Amino acid sequence: MKSIITEPMIPKPFRIHRKLKETHDTYTIELESTNGADGFPFSAGQFNMLYIFGVGEVPISISSDPSMPKMLKHTARSVGTVTKALLNLRRGDILGVRGPFGSHWPVEEAVGNDVVIVAGGIGLAPMRPVLYSFISHRDKYGKIILLYGARTPEDLLYKKELELWRGRFDLEVKVIVDSASGNWRGNVGVVTTLIPRIQFDPLHTVAMICGPEVMMRYTLKELQNCGIKNENIFVSMERNMKCGICLCGHCQFGPKFVCKDGPVFCYDHIKELFGKREI
Amino acid sequence: MNIAILECDHLQILLDVLRKRGYQVIGPTLGEGAIVYSDLNSTANLPIGWTDEQDGGTYRLKKRNDKALFGYTVGPHSWKKYLLPSELRLWKIKRNGVSFQIVTENEATRKFAFVGVRSCDIHAISVQDKVFMNGQYIDQHYTSQRKDTFIVAVNCGKAGGTCFCVSMNTGPKATFGFDLAMTEIIEGKNHYFLVETGTELGAEIFREIPHKQANEKEKCAADDILRKTAEQMGRSMDTSNIKDLFYRNHEHPRWNNVAERCLTCANCTMVCPTCFCTTVEDVTDLMSEHAERWRKLDSCFTMDFSYIHGGSVRASTKSRYRHWITHKLATWIDQFGTSGCVGCGRCITWCPVAIDITEEVHAIRESETVIGKQKTIVKEDIHANTGTLSGRTSFFKRP
Repeated sequence: MKSIITEPMIPKPFRIHRKLKETHDTYTIELESTNGADGFPFSAGQFNMLYIFGVGEVPISISSDPSMPKMLKHTARSVGTVTKALLNLRRGDILGVRGPFGSHWPVEEAVGNDVVIVAGGIGLAPMRPVLYSFISHRDKYGKIILLYGARTPEDLLYKKELELWRGRFDLEVKVIVDSASGNWRGNVGVVTTLIPRIQFDPLHTVAMICGPEVMMRYTLKELQNCGIKNENIFVSMERNMKCGICLCGHCQFGPKFVCKDGPVFCYDHIKELFGKREI
Repeated sequence: MNIAILECDHLQILLDVLRKRGYQVIGPTLGEGAIVYSDLNSTANLPIGWTDEQDGGTYRLKKRNDKALFGYTVGPHSWKKYLLPSELRLWKIKRNGVSFQIVTENEATRKFAFVGVRSCDIHAISVQDKVFMNGQYIDQHYTSQRKDTFIVAVNCGKAGGTCFCVSMNTGPKATFGFDLAMTEIIEGKNHYFLVETGTELGAEIFREIPHKQANEKEKCAADDILRKTAEQMGRSMDTSNIKDLFYRNHEHPRWNNVAERCLTCANCTMVCPTCFCTTVEDVTDLMSEHAERWRKLDSCFTMDFSYIHGGSVRASTKSRYRHWITHKLATWIDQFGTSGCVGCGRCITWCPVAIDITEEVHAIRESETVIGKQKTIVKEDIHANTGTLSGRTSFFKRP
């Protein structure tokens, strides 16, 4: 598909409709187009470049429901100059949006299969659109399993939704934290330890992983041990990005450009690169 | 293809015709102690009678004993100075109550005529064309600048000390991508150019300049010059299976060796005619009412280049050099279907510590064959029970 986009470097203004506090340093901002009517079609797993007036731009994955393109949600953790400025914005403020960019999760390809989603930390954000899609077409899929690991119970994202999903009979949701105080009654440990505790049909399972690279590395091994084929495992990569349109060269991952070929990769296509140091 | 003779004195007419047609004529001039690209209104501004001496980390201007107009090779500049400017404002933005308004740049693009483009640089321009004009997204600025560029190629009458276009199959003769291509010939008192037209526009412009048909003798003279140039290459590189060579050797002791020398100064990426990486910078006025976004050339040798939350992906010098050379010679082929190296030798000349891309390729390739040979020797030793491996222990010693 070849589309010549005339001015993909120009941000479009969006208004902050709502700002939700997820954890002490992580917020979800809901954006609506300033000219009202326009929707913002995207696929689960894609990202936008968010521009804060005079501060700069950051790539943030879209965490809202792809079937509701009028309301765009982004969940960001305040770690750098731009994300700090982003999360200081208030309801009614305007920011710039460029996108959506990149590849998406194999939502269509997974039809008829079991699905295992493994997320670490803020890696749950790009997974939420997938979960929305699966839930709204629940009968098209086999088992749907979400394994989610965070540092502490306080760092868990989307707590209300997690509880809602966990309460459903047709979803299996397991949550684990690295460390917790005495009043945590849930699992403690790394997310990979949840994998032996779930059951799925390994030959008909699509796995999707998003989290820190080291977490993805060990999760991969564990899933491969269960017998999931490389071509059915998908990971979301992160690299520095400036343009989002494959022209600035920053997001190179071996021969791949994360902004164009990724961020979602089929593991089979990057197995030679994945896990190599400093690539 | 029409081949004609242009007397040296008539070159000025070509420049005048180009200017009359609205081109900003750019060509090699003397400046900053080197041969650099700049506005060229008169042939008198060409580095007449000068040449350059190049080697790893060395560049010197030297007088020639003739009045050659193009008797040198490439300097620190490349044509990306004009096609991919080091600084470019992408847009301005004005705060408008709670909203903002973006003003895109409406700069009238200039029509460039590049005079004296070497074959390696034509290849470099064609490599950048693939990056900026062939993908899913198009670079607007580059494309608009590029489509009006008139190219007068000059075939190299001498090779530089760091040149290896013959190895990369990119020279010394320009074979495509030009409107006019000239070979400078000096035979005693005769000083003329053998001119080949590459495009209809080139032919049209050339018709306005006094010229005569070339005879066989003159054509042979040009061929001889190019043959000699091809034999003079200062460097060479074995490019067979080069992509796999790098993919195989992501871990190799040579990377540590080169990291001991590399200063991560980014000179190689700045002088490279194909390096295209850019970053963006946002600036505001003091009132925070106006802001601007600038695109600036960037280099994969900086720490910031690969920074993501938690640290830089390529923190070590070794990984940054490896990324650069692997991109040039291997991953570029997967990305754009062509090598990212055109054999111009600039990165060798302008590296302050004379790191040599051809030497690094050679070292990695050699180490494989030496290790291969060593394995065979060991095998033979087992059978013959004689011989030693002495002198084979320091494959990766610094040259």
